[in-house]
Amino acid sequence: MIKKITCIACPQGCPLTVEIEQGRVSKVGGNKCPKGEEYAKQEIENPQRILTSAILTQGLHLKMAPVRTNKPIPKNKIFAAMSEIKKLRLDRPVRVEEVIIEDFMKLGVDLIATRTVE
Amino acid sequence: MKKMIARDLVIVGGGPAGLAAALTAYEAGVKDILLLERDQYLGGILNQCIHPGFGLQYFKEELTGPQYAERFIEKIMGIKEIEISLKSLVVHLTKKKELTYIKPGTMQTVAAKTLIMGTGCRERTREMIRIPGTRPAGIFPAGLAQKLINIEGLLPGREVVIIGSGDIGLIMARRFTLEGAHVKAVIEIQKESRGLIRNVAQCLDDFNLPLYLQHKILKIHGKDRVEKVTVAEVDDEFQEISGTRFELACDTVLVSVGLIPENELIEMAGVVMDEKTNTPESGELNTTSIPGLWVCGNAYKIYDVVDGVTRDSAQAGKLAAEYLRNLP
Repeated sequence: MIKKITCIACPQGCPLTVEIEQGRVSKVGGNKCPKGEEYAKQEIENPQRILTSAILTQGLHLKMAPVRTNKPIPKNKIFAAMSEIKKLRLDRPVRVEEVIIEDFMKLGVDLIATRTVE
Repeated sequence: MKKMIARDLVIVGGGPAGLAAALTAYEAGVKDILLLERDQYLGGILNQCIHPGFGLQYFKEELTGPQYAERFIEKIMGIKEIEISLKSLVVHLTKKKELTYIKPGTMQTVAAKTLIMGTGCRERTREMIRIPGTRPAGIFPAGLAQKLINIEGLLPGREVVIIGSGDIGLIMARRFTLEGAHVKAVIEIQKESRGLIRNVAQCLDDFNLPLYLQHKILKIHGKDRVEKVTVAEVDDEFQEISGTRFELACDTVLVSVGLIPENELIEMAGVVMDEKTNTPESGELNTTSIPGLWVCGNAYKIYDVVDGVTRDSAQAGKLAAEYLRNLP
């Protein structure tokens, strides 16, 4: 099977042609750099995304603290992760890139702050 | 008469352009820098761009907007020769590079030996693309909706139609979807998306959000709040193709139809402008018709990615340092 996808590894957005055999990527074309091949394999075999959002704070100088997963999470966990993030309240100051929740939802990634909030 | 304070370098705007210019100017030897920022924080628009995709070129890693900004802010805060003045809005600029700015409780004028403008850009509005209909609540420029959600913690609507497929509109289609709102359509009059193709992939395709190319909004309906929009397919001359009209019920319309550089101050000072793009007429990068005055970042031209703003704005800092060295 041949599938056409857009590489999202960088703003160039190469159009990738991916050959798939029994759910595995056998050949990638159209990529201008090695990241494209990596992305195509990941996207077909186990699609993942970095999730970013913002959580409500209490008693801090910003109302919202922006957060992200430090590594990509499976695409099919994104909405479950969003509902977890919506329940969170941040009531302590954080530094940029400080871990807010370790091993977030047992996904093997950390939820980290993306801005210093005092 | 009170003597006007003179500064070697004044920078207007504390976003990615101003921050890069300040750092590079300092590194190139300028030791008296005043950075004016009208907001209460440095970082500019990056603070509300909480999505990833920043820094791939400059830092070789994928950062969010606030992370990208903070790397520069941390550096700047450690340099005492760069004076940061927040909540400082420049209201007047002369040909001789005298700036007047207001700050809560005070109004000040400084004479800049060199001046770098990193004033960014504004969003184009519904009025500029002349969409007929009523004027109900619920119509937002996409970047304003982004600020409401990411900074203010407010969700502006639940049933959303997006006009124009600029990057901010695409990013907001995903953001609204993640927050549980229903994005009904992105309507683009051109044959292709205006935004980066990767944003079409990761913001629309990931969530099966429909992009209507070669379509336009004929009318926005609603009395107090947006109720629906009328959409039609268009031909190559952007004229409605008869028989293609349909309606979409929605309570919110986002407008993402491009950005305009914000350059009223240099215009006031008499810089020769290109009226079509609202940017300074310019030979070399960042230069203007007034010697010792440079414009950088989105005020100079609209950039796709912030890494380019950083790279080019650094050049403005170098130019200012060189100009100061050559002053008699």
